[in-house]
Amino acid sequence: MSTLTLADVEKIAMLARLHLTAEEKEKYRQQLSAVLDYVAAIDELDLDDLPPTTHAVSQHNILRPDRVSEALPVEQALANAASTAENQFAIQAVLDE
Amino acid sequence: MDFARLTLTELRQALRQGTVSSLAATTAMLERIERLDGRLGSFLTVTAERALDQARAADERLARGEESPLLGVPVAIKDLLCNEGVVTRAGSRILEGFVPPYDAFAVARLKAAGAVVLGMTNTDEFGMGSSTENSAYQTTANPWDLDRVPGGSSGGSAAAVAAGLAYGALGTDTGGSVRQPAALCGVVGIRPTYGRVSRWGVIAYASSLDQVGAFGRTVRDTAAMLEVIAGHDERDSTAIPAPVPAYEQRLDGDIRGLRVGLPREYFMAGLEPAVEAAVRQAVDRLAALGAEIVEISLPHTRYALPIYYLIATAEASANLARYDGVRFGPRVAGEDVIDTTRRTRALFGPEAKNRVMLGTFVLSAGYYDAYYGRALKARTLLVNDFKAALEQVDVIAGPTSPTTAFKIGERADDPLQMYLSDILTVSLNLSTGCGLSVPCGFDERGLPIGLQLMGGTLQEARILNAAYAYEQAAPWRERLPAPVPA
Amino acid sequence: MSKYETVIGLEIHAEMLTESKMFSGCRVVDSVEAAPNSAVDGFSLGMPGMLPVINRAAVEMAMKVGLALNCQINPYNAFERKNYFYPDLPKGYQITQYAHPIATNGYLDVELESGATRRIRIRRAHIEEDTGKLTHMAGATSLVDFNRAGVPLLEIVSEPDMRTAEEALAYASQIRQVLRYLDVNTGDMEKGIIRFEANISLRPKGSDALNTRVEVKNLNSFRALAGAIEYCAAEQERILEAGGAVEQATLGWDENHRRTLSQRSKEDAHDYRYFPEPDLPPLWIDPTWIDAVRAGLVELPDAKRARFETAYGLPTYDAHVLTEERQVAEWFEAAVRAGGDPKSTANWLINNLFALMNEHRQTIEEIRVTPQALANLLGLIDRGVVNQNSAKVVLAEMFSGGQPAEAIVEAQGLAQITDEGPILAAIETIVRENPEMVASYLGGKEKLRGWFVGQAMRALRGQGNPQLVNDILDRVLDAQR
Ligand SMILES: [Mg+2]
Ligand SMILES: [Zn+2]
Repeated sequence: MSTLTLADVEKIAMLARLHLTAEEKEKYRQQLSAVLDYVAAIDELDLDDLPPTTHAVSQHNILRPDRVSEALPVEQALANAASTAENQFAIQAVLDE
Repeated sequence: MDFARLTLTELRQALRQGTVSSLAATTAMLERIERLDGRLGSFLTVTAERALDQARAADERLARGEESPLLGVPVAIKDLLCNEGVVTRAGSRILEGFVPPYDAFAVARLKAAGAVVLGMTNTDEFGMGSSTENSAYQTTANPWDLDRVPGGSSGGSAAAVAAGLAYGALGTDTGGSVRQPAALCGVVGIRPTYGRVSRWGVIAYASSLDQVGAFGRTVRDTAAMLEVIAGHDERDSTAIPAPVPAYEQRLDGDIRGLRVGLPREYFMAGLEPAVEAAVRQAVDRLAALGAEIVEISLPHTRYALPIYYLIATAEASANLARYDGVRFGPRVAGEDVIDTTRRTRALFGPEAKNRVMLGTFVLSAGYYDAYYGRALKARTLLVNDFKAALEQVDVIAGPTSPTTAFKIGERADDPLQMYLSDILTVSLNLSTGCGLSVPCGFDERGLPIGLQLMGGTLQEARILNAAYAYEQAAPWRERLPAPVPA
Repeated sequence: MSKYETVIGLEIHAEMLTESKMFSGCRVVDSVEAAPNSAVDGFSLGMPGMLPVINRAAVEMAMKVGLALNCQINPYNAFERKNYFYPDLPKGYQITQYAHPIATNGYLDVELESGATRRIRIRRAHIEEDTGKLTHMAGATSLVDFNRAGVPLLEIVSEPDMRTAEEALAYASQIRQVLRYLDVNTGDMEKGIIRFEANISLRPKGSDALNTRVEVKNLNSFRALAGAIEYCAAEQERILEAGGAVEQATLGWDENHRRTLSQRSKEDAHDYRYFPEPDLPPLWIDPTWIDAVRAGLVELPDAKRARFETAYGLPTYDAHVLTEERQVAEWFEAAVRAGGDPKSTANWLINNLFALMNEHRQTIEEIRVTPQALANLLGLIDRGVVNQNSAKVVLAEMFSGGQPAEAIVEAQGLAQITDEGPILAAIETIVRENPEMVASYLGGKEKLRGWFVGQAMRALRGQGNPQLVNDILDRVLDAQR
């Protein structure tokens, strides 16, 4: 089954927004490849006419009325943020858009 | 009064009779934590002041003759359940200093029931592990052998209850994280049916598998805990709107005619002889109590772990995407927004990174169908396995963990080895129904062994009663771990 | 005359005007006016452990729009997670409908200037949640406000059935009109309550190939929409003529310089990794529910216009103007029910009331003139109590003061003068004081008659009964012969 290349790992790390050191890239390349080989066990299963199990409960149509419940005061909303300004969450400039 | 030997229900009795005060019990627990937990490492955060205030308040209510299920009882909470005003970190650096402005549903229920919250217990980061070694903050020792792991991911809660640092504790079980540490620490741990306890306020690992569970030193203690935290919550769309039985009252120890199934796949290679022997003896004991033992098959058991790692990591890759350092948690500065996000998220520990990347990969274009898509269908096979088995029998019995507690560090660098610790517990999370682990003996090294009992959807009362019957006949709990050296 | 034909498809994101957000009980506010982060809760901020619960009202609004756009409402609805990182996206994924949208295969017949109609097919409409808002500050920071995060959105995706900017504009404005009719959306483009995205490609006339398209985002006015389409079509024609190839791209629109600008650093070529949202069990919509929602549907613009023409005998133009906005149409019908003659009600509304509304920047809901009040005024005109000129003055008074017509006529003595005495007196004075005019009139200058009428009306402060004024004037002038 698929053994990953360093390029694969780099692509995944970007998709997942993870910064990896060179050593980490190689370590995860090996670990992920090993796990992928392990999970390949399900390849031998015939799953053709099986429905997927996407939810753990059988219930459906769980809806709430369009009612407003209490909100979080702005101080509390911002309390855990690394950086704030003008009652907003401050980040580095986002240039595109 | 030896507070360490009391069970939750015994303490509750004494509190109601007024022979002890919650303040005394709470002080005793805090003193034990102070003295012993440096070595044990079961608590990440101890909220002594809050606990003492809650204890005093409880004593006033007790004095007024008020009755509330856990009034004045000191308990502990896994660091994965939000505790309003108390730093809650999921055992991760990425939530360093995070103070939730809300209580998780289960935590609110405990507080409303009058429980005294001692603090937050250690966990593998985001519940990702089977030894609690994946905590970013500390390792937790097994009270029965301090060189060994308590299991995980709810290892802190299991160890705290086993060592007499709390009368009960909350955990979460995504692939066995309540049952496996309960087995390795010689306590009772229940993983209710998915949807029986609201997940609201529980820091998510794998949303379709996560479920809050409870630990106790006895089956009755555990039933008392579950009775408090179970129930409907309109803020969790997957919570089951079914009334909560009086679990404790339903414990009559009568299991005559109960059909108990033994899945042959659960007695496979890799199962330690001592574990197999103890579990088979326990099953004989159930038979002696009038249960009817039937050999059954859960044919797809060997696929459970692969399916679990495909589904759990896919969900985790999305659940952990919110940790970007913008709204909460620390931030590590980089050259630009993306670089900052990536360096901030590098605060995740190795196993979290490993699982987030695996999940990202199995969902990515070109791989979705082969991995995640197939896993969803394969999951249906496990659901069907359990449905079929539970038409044949009332309860499924087997070992909780293939081995007793392993040495700290022994499996740390080999994820696959670590994953195998959950081989007997994950199937339940992937299918439906409830499960628990109850002590059923010790191996030659004196390490506890757990008997796993599983039942169908919302059959908690049934498996608790089976466990209770067994516990009454085989009171292993009277054996306590050697005192932890202070 | 270009040898190419432009192929245009539109994606419209419309916020749905619910009280609370799509998946949590957090208040929905005007995200432009409201103080930053004043309408957020744990879920809007993607805080750990927060869970979504579907807002029933949002689902029913989506059903209404789907029905209004002739879509099929699908029985099986599922929500999925769309995964991508952006600072305004609190959870690192957007809960949306992907494989199982609520509505599919609809169409809208749009009317063009020429009067011709074009059928634009609608591929799908699906429910999702909005993101927060980024503000770029001077210097090296951006600020994030999450008031808008989690606001219910309906994304309406058309087939690439439009061929000109005019068609795209007609489609966009008629979708907007339908959303306003259904009270699903205010139609405010500046505030981004409704947002347009156009995908544009070119092909040789006669070909039915679908060529590489560019997507232009954040078009927040019809002018921008038209501008972007024309600009991109011209650009692509230039490229193709030069023998080049159009590149797939997502662009922004710079309204000031009327040109596109490249957008979104394509770090990860959009691999959204959609998968079923485990926190939300599926939603089944049965026929009974659909019928209940359909029963609650208001009459839509086209139907209303047609009915106004037939039922009230109004000219197409009037019917069109009166049905632009549902509130105006309803006001008109209320006035007719109150006794107003349909034609004159339409005239007074379009010619006089609209003028006052524009002048005072008021909507039909805001004005103090009630439908009943206008009907009463028209009654006074019919019964000859006031003439047209005075009625205009009275309406203006009603508009600013809000009193009933009768009271104003009374107070200002604007009632018509219908007894001979004052009229005769006025005319005799004019004739006496203007002998030379009389002379030239009698000498054959018939036109001067109008001058005498005007003088008489002025003397009577515009209130003379026109018929009487004319009769008496003839009598008096003849008497001079
Ligand atoms: Mg789109
Ligand atoms: Zn969208």
